[in-house]
Amino acid sequence: MKKFLIPLAIFLVLVGFLAIGLGLNPREVPSPLINKPAPAFSLPLLDAPEQKLSAQDLRGKVWILNVWASWCVACRIEHPLLVEFSKMGVVPMYGLNYKDKRDDAIGWLNKFGDPYTRSLSDTEGLVGIDFGVYGVPETFVIDKEGVIRFKQIGPVTPEVLRDDIIPLVRKLGA
Amino acid sequence: MLERLLVPARRALMQVLACGLVALSYAAEAKEAVSASDDPVLEARVLAIAEELRCLVCQNETIAASHADLAVDLRKQIRLQLQQGQSQAQILDFMVARYGDFVLYRPPLKASTVLLWVGPFGLLLVAGGVLVVNVRRHRRGVQTEEWSQAQAQKARALLDDGSGSP
Repeated sequence: MKKFLIPLAIFLVLVGFLAIGLGLNPREVPSPLINKPAPAFSLPLLDAPEQKLSAQDLRGKVWILNVWASWCVACRIEHPLLVEFSKMGVVPMYGLNYKDKRDDAIGWLNKFGDPYTRSLSDTEGLVGIDFGVYGVPETFVIDKEGVIRFKQIGPVTPEVLRDDIIPLVRKLGA
Repeated sequence: MLERLLVPARRALMQVLACGLVALSYAAEAKEAVSASDDPVLEARVLAIAEELRCLVCQNETIAASHADLAVDLRKQIRLQLQQGQSQAQILDFMVARYGDFVLYRPPLKASTVLLWVGPFGLLLVAGGVLVVNVRRHRRGVQTEEWSQAQAQKARALLDDGSGSP
């Protein structure tokens, strides 16, 4: 009786581990940037390259940074949702146009709608590296003190928006 | 998910093709097409560091081996920082600060990774312990097993029978 239970117990533990493993996303790398100050940047605006916007300018308000590019097919999946979300006016959303050509990016926004308060051009992808971006689209929630509080890798889904982003933004007092 | 893997892969493929074309067309004039700097010592150092780092786009490749855009950018970053006189440790710290311990092919020993480092040896110890206990129990079992009266008689009968006949 006892002998028979031991392998069964080991098997069940294994099944438990595998079940948890199935639920995890192996491409999702935990970001070391959560609860750390957002990296400093100063980038030209997409629609007005002679003007620059820096992280410092956004101090004192809660904001969202959405990393996107016109060449990024997955960005197109989340885009209608972002356009809808921007109409709610819950929180300002800034776009980080990652390794893109300016004309392509502007054309893309004209075609699919522009949910961004402003978009910043990160042509070389250097600010992307500072933000640890490795799979566009990525979305960050940054609080009034300039600290990164949330990061979404891959397209924002309605569930993520409803269950994570909007409650967090409300809590942070946007 | 697949998208994020495919898009850079497709772009990388296009770039390789494009580079190939460019290389072909310039083959007569120049030998080097894509080499980033002329200093072989610097390039060797860049590669040595890049081999310590995991590419986050194709997660089973090093940054040295990957053709993903991000890997190219990160190699550029390593080169730049080496030129600025940063040490290997400083550059690895720079990467870890952005992408976490996950970028390191050799994760550091700390509280959250103790299981990773010690786990296999722990399992080996447990397995060894179980083996020793089992072997001992088995040996003791053989020694202390006593024959019943009937078994002893049967054995003696067999032995006697064997010695009786020529």
